[in-house]
Parts: sequence; C-alpha cells; structure tokens
Amino acid sequence: MKKEEFRDNETLEQLKEGGANVFVATIDSVINWGRKNSLWPLTFATSCCGIEMMATGAPRHDFARFGMEVYRASPRQADVIVVAGTITNKMAPVLQRLYEQMSEPKYVVAMGACAISGGPFYLNSYNVVKGVEHVIPVDVFVPGCPPRPESLLYAMLQLQRKIETESMKSRKKRSQSHNSI
Amino acid sequence: MEVKEKKVGLENEEYIINMGPQHPSTHGVLRLVVALKGEIVQRVEPHIGYIHRGIEKMCENLTYQQIIHLTDRMDYLSAHINNEAVCLAVENALEIEVPERVKYIRTIMSELTRIQSHQLFWATFGMDLGGLTCFFYGLRDREKILDIFEESCGGRMIVSYNTPGGLMNDIHPNFQNRVKEFLKYFRGVIHEYDDLLTGNVIFQERSKGMGVMTLEQAIAWGLTGPTGRASGFSCDIRKHNPYSAYDKVTFREILYTEGDVFHRYLARMEEMRESMNIIDQLIDNIPEGPYTAKMKPVIKLPEGEYFQSVETARGELGVYIVSDGNKNPFRVKFRSPNFVNLAPLNLMASGSKIADLVAIGGSLDLIIPDIDR
Repeated sequence: MKKEEFRDNETLEQLKEGGANVFVATIDSVINWGRKNSLWPLTFATSCCGIEMMATGAPRHDFARFGMEVYRASPRQADVIVVAGTITNKMAPVLQRLYEQMSEPKYVVAMGACAISGGPFYLNSYNVVKGVEHVIPVDVFVPGCPPRPESLLYAMLQLQRKIETESMKSRKKRSQSHNSI
Repeated sequence: MEVKEKKVGLENEEYIINMGPQHPSTHGVLRLVVALKGEIVQRVEPHIGYIHRGIEKMCENLTYQQIIHLTDRMDYLSAHINNEAVCLAVENALEIEVPERVKYIRTIMSELTRIQSHQLFWATFGMDLGGLTCFFYGLRDREKILDIFEESCGGRMIVSYNTPGGLMNDIHPNFQNRVKEFLKYFRGVIHEYDDLLTGNVIFQERSKGMGVMTLEQAIAWGLTGPTGRASGFSCDIRKHNPYSAYDKVTFREILYTEGDVFHRYLARMEEMRESMNIIDQLIDNIPEGPYTAKMKPVIKLPEGEYFQSVETARGELGVYIVSDGNKNPFRVKFRSPNFVNLAPLNLMASGSKIADLVAIGGSLDLIIPDIDR
C-alpha cells in the first residue's frame, strides 16, 4: 500500500498543531521520524495473541520492514508494549509495573479482544480485567480474537502515524495524563 | 588434620531470583522462583495463576456448543484437539454416532494441529537455546498449515471447527490438494530441522543427560505426551484408547528410554513424521457423506458423569463433565497436560545450572493458559 492511500483514519492528522515555531517544528519532525522508524516492542505475551505476534515477526509478515524487528525482553529498552492476551487481576499490577519501568516516550497497543474489553471472558469470568485501559493508557486498539498478523502490522503503522503528529510542546508525560483505576 | 569449614560468607547462602512473569523463555506468564547457590539451582518453585480466567467456572453458565470456543483458548496450539475432546464427550453422552466423514476430517485436522504445534515448539526451543534461525524456519513452515486451516475453518489458529455432532461446515474443495502439497513440501524441508539442531554438537552437549526423568518417576508424576514417552511411558491415547479414526490407521508410538531434554525433543521430531504418515493414510479415503450428524438445537445431556480423554500435542487432555440434565453442565473439569507436566520441574531442574533451567522448561513445551485455565 502506498503511503498516500493510507489515510482512512482522517482525524488523526488533525491532532497535529498548526502554527508551530519553524525551528521547533523542524526538530519535531526529525525526532518523530527517528522515533517512528525504530519502535522496539517488548516481548510481552500472555496468551494466544502472543503467537500471532510471533507470526508477525516471522518471515511471511516480516515486522522488520517497518523498523520493529528488535524484540526487547527488558521493559527498560522497549518503546512500545503490545499487550497480547488476557490480563487477569493477578497480572494487572505486573503489567502496570512493566509499563512504569519503560522509559519515555512509550506507547501501548492493545492487541485482541481480551486486551480491549475482556473479549470472550467479558461475561461470567471473575478474574479478568475488562479492558487493559483500566490499567494503562492505550494508543491503538487492534480488534480480533486473535487478530491476524496483518491487523497488527496495520495497527503499528497507525501508531507510526500517531507518533508523526506529536510535538515537543503538546506531549505530556504519559504517566501523568492517565489516571489508572 | 581436620579442616573445619567456616560457615560464613556467601558460599552457603541461597540466592533467590524471580523468573517471570514477564520472561521470554517461560513462554507466557509463568513465574519461577529459583533458589540458587552460585550458578547451581537448588529449588524451583513455579507460581501459577497469572492467566487464570476461570474457564471451568464459566463453562457452568454456557451451553455445550458455547463451551467449545473456550477450550480453544486453553491450549491454543492444540485448539482443534481441545474442541474434539469436548465434542467427543458430549457425543458419547448422547450416544450419537457421527458420520465417517467427520471422523476422518477430525483426525486429519488433529494431526495437522499436532504438526504445527511441534513446529512452533521446535522454533521456540531453538530460540531458547540461542539459535534464532530455528524461529524463522519453524514459523515459515507453520504458516502453510495455518493457510489450510484458514481455507476450511475460517480461523488461522483458533479454529472452533468442531461442534457436538460434527463440524461447523464442510471442508474446502481444495483441502485434499493443499494437504498433499504441504506434506510433499514438508517432507522435503524437515531434514533442515535435523541439520540445524538435532545433529548440532553444541545443541547435543546442552541437552543430553539434562533434566532426566526415569520411567518410574514419569509414571509417578503422571507425565504424558512426548514428555512422558521420552521416558518410556507408553501413554499415547490414540493407541490405547482410540477415538475418531485412529483405529483405522497404523502408526508407531514414539518411545525412548533416556527421558532427558534431548529425547523429549527427539520424540516431538519423530511425532511430526508419524503424523505425516497418519495423514497419508487418510487423506485419499475421506468418505462422502454429511459433515454433521442430526442434532437438536438445544443439547441436554442425561444426568450423569462423562469423561473423555484425547491426545493433544502435549499429552493427555481429559474432559470430565457432570450433568444434572440441564442445558448447561453442572461441573466441568479439564485435566490439562501442561499442569501435570509442569509439576516435576523442581525434580528435573534442581542440581543443574541456571542456564539449563531454560532448556528443561523449554523441552516440556508448556502453554501457560492451559495450566491456569
């Protein structure tokens, strides 16, 4: 897909502030270019979606084409956490701590129905967090149970677009802007 | 002259480290509390429950058709075989004879599931031991099986293809050709797996004689699947208690006596070849007929207790259903192979080096959501 055609989420570009200082805007664009092309995901997988995340990194759907090939095992070296799978009440504090250990700037992709809303475990289950947004702020949601690798790739490209719109002035620290429940 | 060892300093102190819940080599969210003395593992204490979703309790509020989709999400790499277990239990309880076509298709699908699961095991096991190439080779071939699943079932990994009484829909007209194509392709490339790992001296040094379970221990701890068979425990449900079309095929039960990491790995490699042989015998003889038996829309099991066990890629999965005559089960219990296979980890790993703990854990091929359910 060409980059020009990749414009279906039209509101996203409006986040970009108009009328910034020429100097600041230039630096912003350079920084954003660097950030968006070297997103390193954390190897964080709780269940089935993790296997699809592995498949995304595998030869057929090569993640590495977009600069995300380096899966980091330590949260301190990762830029983006792909929450792949169900988050239970016992896991939620661990996830929050992992998120806090990541250094700014950090991004979150909620992958799969479980991470979005609890998915198949929304009703009747006594131990599932109904949406990872209750724990950490989410940038991109990927629907599916589990989502196809193409969906995850698409979501990561959306995240790149989102990063492009950021500027130094508007960017607040993530941990400050979100009140977790 | 007697030299009394002084009991001070660090040499007698235990060092406790946490592996997980977020650790790439635990394959999920298993937490291992490891007590070390220097580099030697003293104790391993698995802490489970980080992905406990209460599936058994949820089943009590769902109908028998709805339970199927939850079993997919227990052992997601044997999704099809898990579905089959519940379906067989319900069919046995209702005394329904499913069409021959269904039996054949279920068996072929189960064996394909087994192959893709072992491919992923091979890929991640190689990665655990430091060979990243395995990951790419394993997942490259696995995608071809997922394509076959997708064509017939609609899902790549989580298929939910079985329903009580038969299948969701008929196989794709292309199915037989695709499977034969895959078998031809995979027979051609499986030697690459052996070239990369099995014959590799570094790999053999790291895996032979590691984490040994003797036959007595394997039986006492209830190990099943390739993990148990590597110790010589003949526990293949397909052989001893055949279900679906397994009584119509001849195949070899892979048995070793050594019971170490290397032979657990070998057992899986050989099982892939055996699975291909099983598919070979069935793929050309799929009988014509309906793809599902006539079922009532609301399934009510007669009062009683029902048990069915199947052989998943990791061992024996037992489904125990207690029914009180309603459309929902009164109680469902899953005997999951991973939970049982995890139990003797302390026995296997204590006395070995911390780096070997990763190899031993990897050779058990654990799926954590199946342990916690």
